Amino acid sequence: MNAHLRPPRRLSATHVTLAHGGGGKAMRDLVEDVFVAAFANPGMGEMEDQARLTNAALTVPGARLAFTTDAFVVDPIEFPGGDIGKIAVCGTVNDLVVGGAAPLWLSAAFIIEEGVDVALLRRIAASMRAAADEAGVAIVTGDTKVVGRGSADKIFIATSGIGVIAPDRDLRASAVQPGDVAIVNGALGDHGAAIMIARGDMNLSTEIVSDCRPLGTLMEATLAAAPGLRAARDATRGGVASALNEIAAASGVGIEIHEAVLPLRAEARGVCEILGLDPLYLANEGTLVAFVPECEAAAAVAAMRATDAGRSAVAIGNAVVAHPGVVVMNTMLGGRRIVDMLVGDQLPRIC
Amino acid sequence: MKYVDEFRDPFAARGVLAAIARTVDAIGAIKEKPIHIMEICGGHTHAIFRYGLDKLTPPGLEFIHGPGCPVCVLPMPRVDEAVEIAERNGVIFTTFGDAMRVPGTKKSLLQAKADGADIRMVYSPLDALDLARRNPNRDIVFFGLGFETTTPSTALSIQQAAAERLTNFSVFCNHITVPPPIKALLDDPFMILDGFVGPGHVSMVIGTHPYDFIARDYGKPIVVAGFEPLVLLQSVLMVLTQISEGRAEVENQYARIVPEHGNPISIAACNDVYEPRDSFEWRGLGEIDKSGLKIREKYAAFDAERKFGIGYAIASRALAEPDGCRCGDVMTGRIKPRACPKFGRDCTPEAPLGALMVSSEGACAAYYQYGGAQLEDVA
Repeated sequence: MNAHLRPPRRLSATHVTLAHGGGGKAMRDLVEDVFVAAFANPGMGEMEDQARLTNAALTVPGARLAFTTDAFVVDPIEFPGGDIGKIAVCGTVNDLVVGGAAPLWLSAAFIIEEGVDVALLRRIAASMRAAADEAGVAIVTGDTKVVGRGSADKIFIATSGIGVIAPDRDLRASAVQPGDVAIVNGALGDHGAAIMIARGDMNLSTEIVSDCRPLGTLMEATLAAAPGLRAARDATRGGVASALNEIAAASGVGIEIHEAVLPLRAEARGVCEILGLDPLYLANEGTLVAFVPECEAAAAVAAMRATDAGRSAVAIGNAVVAHPGVVVMNTMLGGRRIVDMLVGDQLPRIC
Repeated sequence: MKYVDEFRDPFAARGVLAAIARTVDAIGAIKEKPIHIMEICGGHTHAIFRYGLDKLTPPGLEFIHGPGCPVCVLPMPRVDEAVEIAERNGVIFTTFGDAMRVPGTKKSLLQAKADGADIRMVYSPLDALDLARRNPNRDIVFFGLGFETTTPSTALSIQQAAAERLTNFSVFCNHITVPPPIKALLDDPFMILDGFVGPGHVSMVIGTHPYDFIARDYGKPIVVAGFEPLVLLQSVLMVLTQISEGRAEVENQYARIVPEHGNPISIAACNDVYEPRDSFEWRGLGEIDKSGLKIREKYAAFDAERKFGIGYAIASRALAEPDGCRCGDVMTGRIKPRACPKFGRDCTPEAPLGALMVSSEGACAAYYQYGGAQLEDVA
């Protein structure tokens, strides 16, 4: 159906009902007025069952496609520093860029619980568009389903992303070598702490804001300054501890980090102190760990600090020959301990 | 961060560590014949490993990790009973987060929740009380767990529920007290302990006098300590100093928080609401006289045991620990966690077999998570 044959549909309902998932006019109203209107771009204008895409970067000999997918559920849907839509865009974009890909296109599928406020959907769609613009990607295809009350928690979003990796790039978690320096671009655990506070279970009032942001600009700047960059990982669920453990295991190196230099905001530390949690395991949505050869470390940190997402970039440790596969923390007091993968969720302690 | 960083100052720590090393030398303790100090509280165990303090103290000093991890010592039949209550129609079962993963003989609360029981994590019994007010048609049960640290807040919530005449709030009481297991450990014929680091938050409630028997009757020093690494080290030094000077006293390093006579309001609330059980089972240690609390008759309406017909009957709970599990030997200091044949093989934090692997404050879980002896292999 060609959009110019009729005026765009308008959605007058204030709340989503099962009718909006029925495949009829009500659904078309919802999709066109909320999602197409927000995401509008040349890739999706045709309203075909598939997006049809071209990009010059794909024609370079040796270029590879990067393709990733992720599902997003978060409670609450909106929180200081973002919402589920912004995370759904940033999370998938960041999974592409830490592999050295230039992100190009996203898909977005929504599972919506009946009764959700249409105004909330519009806010989320607008925030996805803003995040996509910031990241330089287009949302080119999508889907909407509505389920009965109780069958989903307000809104679930799944996004997939496609990017292009230039022929000369080969970042991989298995490429880290002893001596390489581990760098993080910002404070650890802000997202996890912000979400816990926003749930309101603890009656704490803090200023803490999720770090949710796209990291493409940061990665490109870092790669320009440190072309030998070996590997980067987005430190989302499981936090920096999990990202470091994955890299140690994949590369067969040991990793030593230093507690005294870990960038932590007072608010995130405070939440962790109260609940007995370790900020190394708190989720981030705009924080990565990059490993670069020692000779490029200073340049990489400086390049990160010149970007918005990397103002507090800092080297936190390095890869070593000893204890392959194991991450060791040198504590502030001079002690040492292993930083293992998390078993399940971190659970607040009794006392 | 103010009031935190002062207690983690590496330069101050170096001075205390040097003094600890000198005192251990003066006592003449060496790796083969070390001084054994028990930190009673799981919070201290966690701090020792989290800051790597065991790697900083001399080999002539050995920490023995005490029974003060309330989640670890919770007997499996009590978890089964908690699950049984939680799975009843109309019940909302509320619990502290770290009790969710404790295994029962059949399942944990986390598994029961997945199977459909309405189980919710709360940060305080007052949150559970609030749920009761907001859900008059549901039965809200709070899983009362922990030592004297959490015992008063549960007591206050019961008093409050009584004052408001709430009929849909009750407590499944598993509160336990610190001094009885210490006495049990000291009465153990194989006892090797030379001194104790006493629990800070517990003592904030009960004061320091309940520990008098340790110095008076058993001739062992005890120093009540806070949880920051520096004050913990300072307290260890105070214990060692007593040993080197041949003293055995109750000292209070945590005087900024712990009053000698405790908190009279908390003590009064506890005396009003609870009375001691004749005996209570500790996972890994067995039955210990007068070590558990039950809700008094006057508050029977708020006692989940009575409300749901679940009694604490010793005869029914002759449940042996899993074969080969040596938690009791670890807790009494006879072996280190890694000497247990199950450690890291059949017993891991993912699938804990024994009590001490259950919570991050358990000695085995701390060893597993933070390395313990494994770190000596790698470092």
